[in-house]
Amino acid sequence: MRLKDFSQLEWELVPHDVEKLTPGHRLCAGCGAAVIARQVLLGTDRPVVVCCPTGCLEVSTTIYPFTSWNVPYIHSAFGNAAATISGVEAAYRAFKRRSKLDREIKFLVFAGDGGTYDIGFQALSGALERGHDIVYVCYDNEAYMNTGIQRSSSTPRWAWTTTTAVGAQSQGKQEYKKDICLCVAAHRIPYVAQASPSHPKDLIEKARKAFAVKGPAYLNILSPCPPGWRYNNAGDGMKLAGLAVESCYWPLYEVENGSWRLTYTPPEKLPVTAWIKEQGRFSHLKPGGEGDPLASFQESVDTRWEELLARCGNKGASLDVWPAR
Amino acid sequence: MPIQTKVERRVSAVTGNQALSRAVRQIDPDVAAVYPITPQTDVAEGLATFVADGMINTVLVPVESEHSAMSACIGAAAAGARAFTATSSQGLAYMFEVLYVAAGLRLPIVMANVNRSLSAPINIHCDHSDSFGARDSGWVQLYSENAQQAYDNLIQAVRIAEHSKVLLPVMVNVDGFIVSHAAESAVLLDDEEVRQFIGEYTPRFSLLDVDHPITVGPFDGLHGYFFEFKAAQVEAMANAKQVILDVGKEYGALSGRTYGFFEEYGLDDADTAIVVVGSAAATCSSVVDEMRAQGMPVGLLKLRSFRPFPAEELADALKYVKAVGVLDRAVSPGLAGGPLFAEVKSALFDADARPKVASFVYGLGGREFRPEHAREAFASLFEIKKTGYVNDLVSYLGIRKG
Repeated sequence: MRLKDFSQLEWELVPHDVEKLTPGHRLCAGCGAAVIARQVLLGTDRPVVVCCPTGCLEVSTTIYPFTSWNVPYIHSAFGNAAATISGVEAAYRAFKRRSKLDREIKFLVFAGDGGTYDIGFQALSGALERGHDIVYVCYDNEAYMNTGIQRSSSTPRWAWTTTTAVGAQSQGKQEYKKDICLCVAAHRIPYVAQASPSHPKDLIEKARKAFAVKGPAYLNILSPCPPGWRYNNAGDGMKLAGLAVESCYWPLYEVENGSWRLTYTPPEKLPVTAWIKEQGRFSHLKPGGEGDPLASFQESVDTRWEELLARCGNKGASLDVWPAR
Repeated sequence: MPIQTKVERRVSAVTGNQALSRAVRQIDPDVAAVYPITPQTDVAEGLATFVADGMINTVLVPVESEHSAMSACIGAAAAGARAFTATSSQGLAYMFEVLYVAAGLRLPIVMANVNRSLSAPINIHCDHSDSFGARDSGWVQLYSENAQQAYDNLIQAVRIAEHSKVLLPVMVNVDGFIVSHAAESAVLLDDEEVRQFIGEYTPRFSLLDVDHPITVGPFDGLHGYFFEFKAAQVEAMANAKQVILDVGKEYGALSGRTYGFFEEYGLDDADTAIVVVGSAAATCSSVVDEMRAQGMPVGLLKLRSFRPFPAEELADALKYVKAVGVLDRAVSPGLAGGPLFAEVKSALFDADARPKVASFVYGLGGREFRPEHAREAFASLFEIKKTGYVNDLVSYLGIRKG
């Protein structure tokens, strides 16, 4: 892997000699999850233990008797990744206390939005409140993709899924996406950030910070899903993730010890239609009509963006800090 | 069980829960993840006190649910730690899916389950619906008649779980309130004796061995080896039988209290007998004493190991009995008789002189089990012995009539 945004000097500083997630896994071509996992793993040169709840990344990387993981890995169930990694981290502390271990090890969860926003939410909240020294990464593809595209509380309003069907009486999902970062930040953990694999330098820097803090850190990362978002060219995932950022649907920001900061401000805020027009899950939305969903969609993006700006002290990111593109 | 101590031991007055938490203190597990639930709560409180007083090295994970308690134990055990938790009733039910994961991953987690009924209606008192419901989860299940056995079982559970031919989680069951909250005399071992008895745990694999990465809990849904994994679990459970006997014998040499699959009480010449688990065994013993004093050849089989179920040994112990009554502190609506009854009856099916078997359901939701209930059961068994017919396959002892 060589990420084009990095200068040679910067790339030397990224620990990239060992592939912790190796090729040969069976994720879909163009799946964001593997890209995200590899980018996050570039954020530390320490040994890591990875935990995945049930989901796309889990089923595709550990098909017995094969594994794509070059690092210790555990899956136990769907709703308990944060609790499972809590136990691993507690064992680590126990062995340190008993002088049975002197390595510095990092503990990492890769969970989808189902395992984070929904069924794993309670376990996540518990682990954050207890202050385990873990990094929890949500690869957010905005629906239950592993079971075949069902709505989650992360699915945006107006999106088609198999359980928010589009028909004479329905324009797709009617409820808004849960703001998970706000929920997580309310636990007052040391580090929360939102990132996108389309902006790898920003993502890896956030991963680096997440691994560096003592205590829980949370990364919410947009994960393009070719079958679930219904776009034609699997290679378009990173472009779509980039459009989500440029349209301010998926702002890049961080909350460091309670202090909110944008890490990237689009030079020109694109309309949300720039992001949704190539996704089949939104293809039923037409301008005008009852409730004008496109206008409503834009309004909700604008509102959340303004709220975020206010939290960040109305300061955009200084472009000389992260000229990410 | 004869109490013959090789060293002079002090008799302590402890509740069942205190006996459990003192055993945990002596086991000193690496990790304990516990969530409060009546009537287990003071096991968790006892642990927290030991941690606060620096009497234990355990890392306590005060989880937000029982599902997370078992999940954290799974993570800790996969990391090579000795992991402990305790629960009851709804808590055990809430753990249900992860009970199977713990067993399927072959993690030697030890759990105390303080038996309590399952809602609805909500009720905090003892019955065995919770642990009997987890019958097929792949956990070894031991039952305790009193605080002494709760303590002894928990210490032996560590050895059974961690045995290389077993590597299965072990659940030690203790009757809620009746045992958990009643103070009794019990003889506890010295800390050093327990330390030596359980020994050091050296896991074959650990997530923390970062130089030798392993993948725990892989996906086996593409026509892989699931069936073989399950067969291996069954084999491990079969292996647990000999280990339970060996550990029980070794524990006997240390403590003077030897343990097996069950305890026979007056069975040698009995022609009617009761099979029972948990605290009701004590009530039944006193009734057996009383009836034997009146010349009636009655006996008792106090079952300790429900999983593995010692079917052959149980059939052998009951081979001269004409009528067997199985006491169930649980029901399985739609099953003809209680869950334990069904298993005992199945075990006796191939016996040469197949005894008649009747089911007696008692004590649901903590309904008191009194000596007259045991007498009532024996009276039915005498009738069955005399006529050779089981007129009432299932009887309810102590239920309100009308």
